[in-house]
Amino acid sequence: MKKLKVTIDGKTIEVPENTTVLDAARMLDIQIPTLCHHPKLTPFGGCRLCIVEIKGIPRPVTSCTTPVSDGMEVTTSSPQIEDLRKTVLELILSDHPNDCMVCEKAGDCTLQELAYFYGIRENRFGGERRVYAKRDGNPFIERDMEKCILCGRCVKVCDEVQGVGAIDFTYRGFKSKICPPYEKDLNCEFCGQCVAVCPTGALTGKQWSLRGRQKDIKEIDTTCPYCGTGCNITLHVRRNEVVRITSREDTWNEGWLCVKGRFGYKFINSPDRLKKPLIRIKDRSNSLNDIFREASWDEALDYIATRLNEIKSKHGADAIGGLSSARCTNEENYLFQKLMRAAVGTNNVDHCARL
Amino acid sequence: MNKNITIQVCMGTGGIAAGGLEVLDAFESLMKEKNIPAEFKKECSMHKVGCRGLCARDVLVDVIADNRRTIYQYIKPEMVERIVDEHVVGGNPVSEWQVDEDYHKFHEKQVKVVLSDCGNIDPEDINAYMAVDGYKAVEKVFTSMTPEEVIDMMKKSGLRGRGGAGFPTGVKWEACRKAEASQKYIICNADEGDPGAFMDRAVIEGNPHAVIEGMVIGAYAIGASKGYVYIRAEYPLAVERLKKAIKDAKERGFLGKNIFGKGFDFDIKIKLGAGAFVCGEETALIASIEGQRGMPRAKPPFPVHRGLWGKPTVINNVETLANIPYIIKKGHEWFSSYGTEKSKGTKVFALTGKVKNTGLIEVPMGITLREIIYDIGGGIEGGKALKAVQTGGPSGGCITPDMLDINVDYESLAKVGSIVGSGGMIALDEDDCMVNVAKYFLQFTQSESCGKCVPCRIGTKRLLEIMDRITKGSGRQGDIELLEKLSSDIKAASLCGLGQTAPNPVLSTIKYFREEYEAHLQGKCPAKACREMLTYHIIEEFCKGCGACLRACPAGAITGEKKKPHKIAPEICIKCGACFDVCKFKAVGKE
Amino acid sequence: MEETLKSLANNFKEKEGNIISLLQETQDAFGYIPEEAVYWFSKELDIPASNFFGVATFYAQFYLKPRGKNIITACCGTACHVKGSDRIINNLKRELNLADEQNTTEDKKFTLEQVACVGACSIAPVVIINKRVYGKMSTDKMARELKVLKEGSDE
Repeated sequence: MKKLKVTIDGKTIEVPENTTVLDAARMLDIQIPTLCHHPKLTPFGGCRLCIVEIKGIPRPVTSCTTPVSDGMEVTTSSPQIEDLRKTVLELILSDHPNDCMVCEKAGDCTLQELAYFYGIRENRFGGERRVYAKRDGNPFIERDMEKCILCGRCVKVCDEVQGVGAIDFTYRGFKSKICPPYEKDLNCEFCGQCVAVCPTGALTGKQWSLRGRQKDIKEIDTTCPYCGTGCNITLHVRRNEVVRITSREDTWNEGWLCVKGRFGYKFINSPDRLKKPLIRIKDRSNSLNDIFREASWDEALDYIATRLNEIKSKHGADAIGGLSSARCTNEENYLFQKLMRAAVGTNNVDHCARL
Repeated sequence: MNKNITIQVCMGTGGIAAGGLEVLDAFESLMKEKNIPAEFKKECSMHKVGCRGLCARDVLVDVIADNRRTIYQYIKPEMVERIVDEHVVGGNPVSEWQVDEDYHKFHEKQVKVVLSDCGNIDPEDINAYMAVDGYKAVEKVFTSMTPEEVIDMMKKSGLRGRGGAGFPTGVKWEACRKAEASQKYIICNADEGDPGAFMDRAVIEGNPHAVIEGMVIGAYAIGASKGYVYIRAEYPLAVERLKKAIKDAKERGFLGKNIFGKGFDFDIKIKLGAGAFVCGEETALIASIEGQRGMPRAKPPFPVHRGLWGKPTVINNVETLANIPYIIKKGHEWFSSYGTEKSKGTKVFALTGKVKNTGLIEVPMGITLREIIYDIGGGIEGGKALKAVQTGGPSGGCITPDMLDINVDYESLAKVGSIVGSGGMIALDEDDCMVNVAKYFLQFTQSESCGKCVPCRIGTKRLLEIMDRITKGSGRQGDIELLEKLSSDIKAASLCGLGQTAPNPVLSTIKYFREEYEAHLQGKCPAKACREMLTYHIIEEFCKGCGACLRACPAGAITGEKKKPHKIAPEICIKCGACFDVCKFKAVGKE
Repeated sequence: MEETLKSLANNFKEKEGNIISLLQETQDAFGYIPEEAVYWFSKELDIPASNFFGVATFYAQFYLKPRGKNIITACCGTACHVKGSDRIINNLKRELNLADEQNTTEDKKFTLEQVACVGACSIAPVVIINKRVYGKMSTDKMARELKVLKEGSDE
């Protein structure tokens, strides 16, 4: 592949064709601020924060959309560029609730962070702000569209990654809004990919609301137990309670999760959760009156082994069937079928993950 | 009785609005009714023609008798009988209805290339076009020129894009020709959206075949087998005529398979715009043809490399394309003999506003603005003073009377902070408030912003808010400087041409009319045009007590007895100006 | 309705699929774009309804609600603006009792639209009433035309 030489802020690097200026800068560990850019999504070029100066081009260009050409000389920071970035940020904040004190995203918000770095306190451009009275009634995703900066990441992730297209840009100009068709409540798979890529507090998980600030939260990396896919997840734990689940972009699943992995964690702290084996005591006259008693693991396994042997000797091995779970790992499922085939002696074995 | 009579009725959108269809009907039914001999009828042809520019005088009717053309203006159906009786039958033109000297002056300084056949031929008849050497350029290109030779000729002619940016057409074609791809496209951009510009509509309505011919030649030059005309749905007549023209051209083999037996296929489809100004921008236009929201994307890559459906695409404006057949037929030397060093040929402008003769004009590049306004336009209406000429519409700027001797070409206009743009040209007089005019344009661009990038989406909104408070008398100290700062940042940081040029009217009016802005900050609109800043009152000595204003007032702010001076209650008055408009005695004053 | 939608969808499948053209044809057929139509197309053509809604709300020409019996289009182009289109529009709004963001009267008899430029600047100000172009409009002339329309639509 052809290599192109590019000089950014005096540092030179060779990059493959079709590398953007932004990516080249990141290879050189040069920071360029961005809001609408996401490495896994097609470039948008809407927030204008990543503008840079390129020798020979009369106006600043967005580094996220501009491919490197051979011999290109780029300046990522100059008084003029920084001034423009500041204006852009002020404009965004002039149409933003600026209620960071109570915002779920505070401390983890790209917009807030940029405002901090650019020292924006006063705003020269106060004016009309978008106000939306209606709240989305869906069970998982809080959509506060007044905080939306129209970066379009949610639209793209829904389309390009998830292939759903539940939301799109609607209307235009200052009235532009990202929403489901006819501004109805969100009605989708609720994978929450949009929440994961939102750089502001516009999209958050309803379950996370008022569950604590980042400083009180311990992050623990683990694997999602829901299915054999085994996505890498990060548990956000506060006072020994899982209050949120995310996934890092540098994992093999690239940070993408499904609705169960992202939002289905309430069982962990559920009082109904089974923690010890239960043995059923049958009521012969009415099965509705069966009761369960707690048992130790040894007792439970002994009981199972005895009953299986009884059934096998009385009715043959094929009277027994085994159903495994998608929430087990591949290894566990392998062992289970081995148990059924080798120990019990039947091929009656199946699995719920034929979703 | 005269022989060989041709009657031409102007039938552009303007002509039809003024009653062109009714006038043509009147001619036809009168001929029948009067039982004009069959032999005569055969020799008397009547047809519709496209726009000839001076729409303000519609309905314009030409009666050509024995090769002598008589032009009538302001014709109404009830006037037709006299023309038929006295002129067609009697041989004596009706002198008092003929156009005056102004009409001829209007045409004298113009040089017509693109419009040369508009207004002379029936746009719905391919034979009429072919009778004036139509499709001869296609024939010449297909039978005797290579694509490279065509491109070379375009480059030598110096033709530049007439849509606004002025990019050399030949260079664009060459880049697309060199791009390697299995499929290429040529698009005719007829999404004329500038308020105050109607060149493209008039060209398509008046001579659709020239545009098609230009496209065929372009397609041949770049190697495109498919073309699109992206045209505004607001131009129903133009669409209709274009459809017919494409159908006719196909029947004659100028479009379709194996054109001139050269094994080259080319077909044109029409795509109707759906009402978004931003779709005049190349990448937004492409998104729109693909059926998506018309949001521009960053360039590079340019459409000549990656355009429609990702394939190399050339996008040319209507006027640019309509020039091409004439350049091919008459040669690049002929074309480049008009114009200035860097701006060759002619340019069509839509001259409107406060000049006497408003309409469509075609002038050689480099003509002075003074010639346009005073010779062609006939000066300012009502003897008022010219205040500024606005060119380039919402992306342009204004030119003050002391700069009237400026040459109208790409470079000279850019030098003074304006642009040729697509060709809107609006004369403003002392009654026009420059702040208000700038606000008007900004209102337009702001409402047409696609919303993709921050500087345009929020920046133009903030600009407009500042302009709005200034024109309402609540401007703040420092607002002018804030406008300048925000404007220059929006220009520098916006994604597409819309945002990059939207602040131009503001910057240009601040540059030349700063004192008007300052006056507004002090609570005065010098032109008395910003109605929120005015108070209306009745001048007692002029008021006859007729009650016209009282009846016209929508707010019930006016009281008074009959035949006695009336009064306006300032606390009820909504400042709509209705009383000012209806008063015949100039008894309503505004301050 | 289903029949019409089917033929429109077939049309779409035969040609190179284009949402804008489909919506334009839908509006031609129904006078506006009914919500049911969008969901029907979405299912039939396997295109997310959000795309249709996004496109329909982007372009000024699409109407998501039924329009009035009479359609009055006022041109707001530059020439019309400097020649007083504002006043004509304000008068119309008052006469028709239309609130700021409202386009269609309660009784669905009138819809007032504003367009950027109809390209007939020489005869500004221009108003299009039910597809007929009226040049050199004035508030008086407009009031007369409106009266005729009102009487006509009362019948």
